[in-house]
Amino acid sequence: MADEDKKRAAHRALVDRILNGEGRAPAEQRARAFGNDALSPPLDTLIGKVATRPAQITEADFAAAKASGFSEDQLFELVICAAVGQSARLYEAGLAALAEATANGEAG
Amino acid sequence: MRLDILNHGYRPTTKLLFTLIRLFSGHPVPDAAKLVFYRPDFYGARAKEFTHEAMRGPSAWSVGDRELMAAYVSKVNESAFCVAAHTATARRAYQDGPMVAAVLADLESAPVEEPLRATLRMLGKLTAEGKLSPEDMRDVLSAGVSREQVKDALAVCVAFNTTSRLGDAFGFEVLSPEGFEAGAQYLLKRGYR
Repeated sequence: MADEDKKRAAHRALVDRILNGEGRAPAEQRARAFGNDALSPPLDTLIGKVATRPAQITEADFAAAKASGFSEDQLFELVICAAVGQSARLYEAGLAALAEATANGEAG
Repeated sequence: MRLDILNHGYRPTTKLLFTLIRLFSGHPVPDAAKLVFYRPDFYGARAKEFTHEAMRGPSAWSVGDRELMAAYVSKVNESAFCVAAHTATARRAYQDGPMVAAVLADLESAPVEEPLRATLRMLGKLTAEGKLSPEDMRDVLSAGVSREQVKDALAVCVAFNTTSRLGDAFGFEVLSPEGFEAGAQYLLKRGYR
C-alpha cells in the first residue's frame, strides 16, 4: 500500500509542479493545455495533437505556435502540460474503472 | 528536437556532462535523457521520480514486464523512439527477444501468461480510447491480476503515455540499434532517476 501511494504521490507532485509552480507561460494557460480545453488557434492544434494524436505533430505546428507569439520556453511548458494532462486523465479513468469493477466484490 | 532550446539551451555543466557521456559510452545522449535535463525544476526532476517509481519501485510485475508495458503503450501511440528504446530494454531484461517481438506484433497469439496479456490489452485500450469500462477491468482481474498489479500497470501506462507523447511532440531522434542497446543497458543498471 505504501508503495502504491508513493507512485500516486510522485505523480501528483509532478502535476502540481507544472500547473501551480513558477512558469514562463501563465498558470491559466498551462491549465488549459493540461485540460486540452479552450485554447485559441493555432495553439489548439498543437496541444490537441499532443493529447490525442501525437504521432501527427509536425514542425509546422510548432512554427505556427511560435509565429503567434509563444516563446520556445512557453511551448516547452505547454506541450508538457498537455502530455501530462492526457496521461493524468488516463490514470483517473483506469483507477475509476478498477474501483467500479471491485465495488461489488465481484472480483479482486 | 523541434525546439532549439532542447538542442542547445542547456547549462554549461550539463553540456559538459553530455560530452562526457558521449565520450565514455561512445553514443550520443538520447533525446529522452536530454529532455529531463532542460529546466529540470519544471518537469525533469519530478518526472524522473515518478517514472523510476513506476518502472523500478516495488511491484509484483518484473522489470521486464514493466518495460514490455512501456513498449506496448508506446506502440499504441506510434512513438518510434519509445517503442525502440523499451523493446530493447524489455528484450534485455527478459533475455527473450522473440517473445517481446511476438507481443508487439500480435498480442493475442504471443506466448505470454494470461495475466500479462490481459493487462497489456487493457493498457492498450485505455491508451487508444481514453476510457475503460468496469467490464474491461473485471476481465483483467479474472485473468488472475491483483488490484495492486492493475494499479502498478496503470502507473507504467501513465509514465509512458507522457514520455511517448513528448517524444512524438518534440521529435526525439531515433538512435542506431547500438545506441538503443546502450540505453537499455543503462536503464537496467541505473533506472530512470
